[in-house]
Amino acid sequence: MIALAVAGMLVFFVAPLAGLVQRAPWREFASDLTDPATRDALRLSLECSLAATALSVIVGVPIAWVLARTEFRGRSLVRALALLPMVLPPVVGGVALLTAFGRAGLVGQYLDRWFGITLAFSTWGVILAETFVAMPFLIITVDGALRSLDTRYEDAGATLGASRFTVMRRVTLPAIAPSLAAGAALTWARALGEFGATITFAGNLPRTTQTMPLAVYLALQEDSGSAIVLSLVLLAVSITVLAVVGRRVFANRALPASA
Amino acid sequence: MRTSGTSSIGAAAVACVLALGLSACGSSAKPAATSPSTTSAAGSGSARLSGSITVFAAASLTSSFKDLAKQFEAAHPGTTVKLDFDSSSVLVTQIENGAPADVFASADRKNMQKLQSKGDVTATPTVFAKNLLEIAVAAKNPKHVTTVADLAKAGLIVVLCAAEAPCGKYADQLLKQDKVTVSPKSREIDVKATLSKVELGDADAALVYVTDVKAANGKVDGIQIPTDQNVVATLPIAALKDTKNAALAQAWVDFVTSSASEQTLQQQYGFLAP
Repeated sequence: MIALAVAGMLVFFVAPLAGLVQRAPWREFASDLTDPATRDALRLSLECSLAATALSVIVGVPIAWVLARTEFRGRSLVRALALLPMVLPPVVGGVALLTAFGRAGLVGQYLDRWFGITLAFSTWGVILAETFVAMPFLIITVDGALRSLDTRYEDAGATLGASRFTVMRRVTLPAIAPSLAAGAALTWARALGEFGATITFAGNLPRTTQTMPLAVYLALQEDSGSAIVLSLVLLAVSITVLAVVGRRVFANRALPASA
Repeated sequence: MRTSGTSSIGAAAVACVLALGLSACGSSAKPAATSPSTTSAAGSGSARLSGSITVFAAASLTSSFKDLAKQFEAAHPGTTVKLDFDSSSVLVTQIENGAPADVFASADRKNMQKLQSKGDVTATPTVFAKNLLEIAVAAKNPKHVTTVADLAKAGLIVVLCAAEAPCGKYADQLLKQDKVTVSPKSREIDVKATLSKVELGDADAALVYVTDVKAANGKVDGIQIPTDQNVVATLPIAALKDTKNAALAQAWVDFVTSSASEQTLQQQYGFLAP
């Protein structure tokens, strides 16, 4: 058992990271890091992934709440639909987004014709693609947390005269806060790492739609040294966030339901 | 609250994933035949060739190489030609990192030279075709693009290949030599992705190869670029040093560079003579 665990850790987690660190061109590290293209890609990645996370929370929490707290025919179908992007190959997601929101798309053609809005090839296109692939992570986490929450606290709040919104704000959200934070962290990480959907739907243009994963992929074709540097930067950012959020989230194991 | 049940499920999961990973490694090993009879002279139709090779080819060769592979396999029963199409620069990176390729067909000399300088090719590469660039537009040319200069028109959504891919380098070269400044909306990772943006209606125009417009079979229209404004793409092919089936690899190279194949490439697919 322990041997398996150790082997698994080494193969899947330690070796790839060690490989990156070992092959990094430390002499060019500083110059690669301060390269404007790198900074642009990193800044764009962070901005888009944070926006996608915010959008996922704003839209995802209500969806999760409806799935967990209301009963209606076809609920399991709706749940499956909401979680579909999680299992869909990302590039398929990109193609789907194009057929829906591209210039000739189902919805996109009206956006273009009536409002002159083109989402493909724009930064908002990146945010849309990232939200599409990442929101299911938030939904599944919050849905699970809500379903395991003891509803008696919410019922108590309601019988004491609180409106549904107040109950949500003062009772439910604080109770699921650790799960919400964990879900948001997962969502953010997924959004940050997205490649297939963004390159297919939003395209690739430095400063507008070229996020870090795209920059790494293209750098690999010209200069593998700078690709490794970019990868390490992304890795460092991800580890930092995981460390910050993880400490708060994984330390707090107490949920009202387990009382 | 941890139970022994949870930890054994976890161990089982790790075991499953490890097993899957190892079996995937095993199945990707090439089923190369190493019978001594394959070392007989390659290139002659009566030579007993067998086994399989993996050909890494530039994306622009997709339809043509699939066709040539079928012809080759029919002429040499018992052989398999596996094709892997991608941007030439991606393929070079993969080969340099140990990808099991037997033959490499590039969309430009530069990428082939990267392998040559590392000693990864067996002999001097042979140029088997040339290509020209063309402007791909939506069917019926709704935006009335007629010249390269039109690509700079305000409001026109133009996409090009990424600068790291050969078609991107050729496009940049063409625009520079014709003194046209274009702000593309996207630089796609290979020529097929670039063309698809026009096919899907998300882009108005793209700079792709003549052969790609032809392969699109009417889904896009092509605006020809006069030769004096165009750039010529050179396509070399070479067998790789680390091939596990040297005879078959060389036979494929000989087949592609034969006059019959070159005729096919030119007449059916729109390539230029080497």
